[in-house]
Amino acid sequence: MTTRARTAAGSAALDLAADAGLRPDQLRDMYRLVALARATDERMWILNRAGMVPFVISGQGHEGAQVGLCYELRKGHDWLVPFYRSVAACITFGMSPRDIMTAQFARANDVSSGGRQMPGHYGAAIHNVLSTSSPVATQLLHAVGIALAAQIRGTDQVALTALGEGSSNQGDFHEGLNFAGIHHLPVVFVVENNGYAISVPMALESAVPDIAMRAAGYAMPGVVVDGGDVLACYRAGHEAIDRARRGDGPTLIEAKVMRLTAHSSDDQQTKYRSAAELEEERGRDPLPRFRAQLLAAGVMDDEQLAAIEAEIKVAVDDATDWAQAQPEPDPATAERYVYADEPAPGTGA
Amino acid sequence: MAVRTLLDAIRDTLADEMRRDDTMIVLGEDVGIKGGVFLATDGLFAEFGGARVIDTPLTESLIVGASIGAAVNGLRPVPEIQFADFIFPAFNQIVSEAARLRYRSNGTFACPITIRAPFGGGVHGALYHSQSVEAFFAHVPGLKVVVPSTPYDARGLLRSSIRDPDPVLFFEHKKLYRSVRGEVPDTDYVVPLGQARVARPGDHVTVIAYGLMAHYSLEAAELVEADDISVEVIDLRTLRPLDRDTILGSVRKTGKCVIVYEDNRFGGYGAEVAAIVAEEAFEYLDGPVVRVAGPDVPGVPYNHKLEDWFMVSPDQIAAAIRELAAF
Repeated sequence: MTTRARTAAGSAALDLAADAGLRPDQLRDMYRLVALARATDERMWILNRAGMVPFVISGQGHEGAQVGLCYELRKGHDWLVPFYRSVAACITFGMSPRDIMTAQFARANDVSSGGRQMPGHYGAAIHNVLSTSSPVATQLLHAVGIALAAQIRGTDQVALTALGEGSSNQGDFHEGLNFAGIHHLPVVFVVENNGYAISVPMALESAVPDIAMRAAGYAMPGVVVDGGDVLACYRAGHEAIDRARRGDGPTLIEAKVMRLTAHSSDDQQTKYRSAAELEEERGRDPLPRFRAQLLAAGVMDDEQLAAIEAEIKVAVDDATDWAQAQPEPDPATAERYVYADEPAPGTGA
Repeated sequence: MAVRTLLDAIRDTLADEMRRDDTMIVLGEDVGIKGGVFLATDGLFAEFGGARVIDTPLTESLIVGASIGAAVNGLRPVPEIQFADFIFPAFNQIVSEAARLRYRSNGTFACPITIRAPFGGGVHGALYHSQSVEAFFAHVPGLKVVVPSTPYDARGLLRSSIRDPDPVLFFEHKKLYRSVRGEVPDTDYVVPLGQARVARPGDHVTVIAYGLMAHYSLEAAELVEADDISVEVIDLRTLRPLDRDTILGSVRKTGKCVIVYEDNRFGGYGAEVAAIVAEEAFEYLDGPVVRVAGPDVPGVPYNHKLEDWFMVSPDQIAAAIRELAAF
């Protein structure tokens, strides 16, 4: 690279960073999170295909949107109310690859559920990541309640909840957004629209082409953002989180993302999606796109990229090996925590 | 000591608990200025304001779902479902979420909410303002289910429920709201969850009931006194956790057991009590375990005569007691 080119790249880096309101190291951190989530996710599928874990449901293609939208949340202060594709969101908000992998292996020290829930049902009390269930859209109401408590208690907290576009057709979606709109609650609703509710395409899911259009019915902004554009997602998330924290109320963000895998390890998406469609979608993958963007702008050079990739490989290998080596839950403990008869592990209660 | 109705006792207790604990909120339909359709929350809005006494839209799922979230983030919500008949839109939130949150998070999250709902028939409420829904919820591990029948118990049990670290369904029988009066101390007493009450001691037949049926069972016990039948009436008060010891102790003494519930007979809550008695006190039994319950039709009909046909009466209970006593 010539000196002139390097200067030009340096200037572009500053532009990209300044435009996003982020420092170059923060941009590289965001890239690391997207790539870490992807590598963790890919490992989960490899383990499944190798017969080592019975089930995977995850978020390949959603990571850019999740990292961008969640990046401005305050860790350990705000709340994340996730869904089963929120691998990257949970990692951004403080959960580790080990946390993800112990859930995947259903080990006793899985922070999400101690091996009680299927993989993908994340939660971590110490990080303010609420435990999730399998019925969809129920979590919206929990985020609304968390935001209501934040408003009443004056805690300055924001709750961000995520769901698929399929879930946005449940009644809880309407009840939750309406109530949040009425009370100007500090909550951000993120619909990650990958175009399919398992096999049912968007055209059969929604009468309007954008879920964000429904925001008009709840007197809140409805924002459509390209889920493959990490920085566009960051700007949308930042604005919505600030708005919520200021007391100006909720926002509905619809990130148009892609589903690069089948719905779950028990699904075969080639039955209902064409090869051409899958190929086209892979071309919009946020991971190579963000990487190219940062490299072109000189925010990240090849050396830094290599270091990030090496760190991720170590982290995912470590998480896999460590999680696999952890003990399985003892059936003698299966009757615990039905009621508050016993203190939770580590609470000292 | 003041004489209060069951409704007074509930209202007083809600106000007391809100004074004691500033994290407690009340939310539901018409609970604010109107004070609830039965006036159970009357006066709370004036004293505590709209931030803690929240009129919601007609959204039962939200009422419970937002309560779960608020509980997770440090509040102690006491949601009201206007009629138990309308609790079903919230069934998913109660059963899939509130009941399972602690278990599914391996004890790292809790859900301290108390869901109040008026229930029961005999008030001309027809199919959708008369239902008994306790069996649906008593079936679910992770939930607690409470049904008071006296003002004293209503106050003591509601205190225990609100202070409990787990989700509680608190069902208030509409016909008892204003018809039952009793002395209620001004002290901060509690009635612990999971303890039945021997409402009337007796020797020959045990009658197990709750809610309105506890009162009808006491009336039936009076009716059969003339036949020299001594009846022990047990008011369960808490359906889950169930006080097995009091039930089994009584049945082992009398050898005869009648279970009374207002809900449809088939698969009703009393069926579980009957199974426990049959399994654990079989050798003491001196006759079949008998259930007196509502008929198996999909609702309480509106017309007076039809409603009377549906409702279990003290006479019916007395007849069942006499028949069993003759064994």
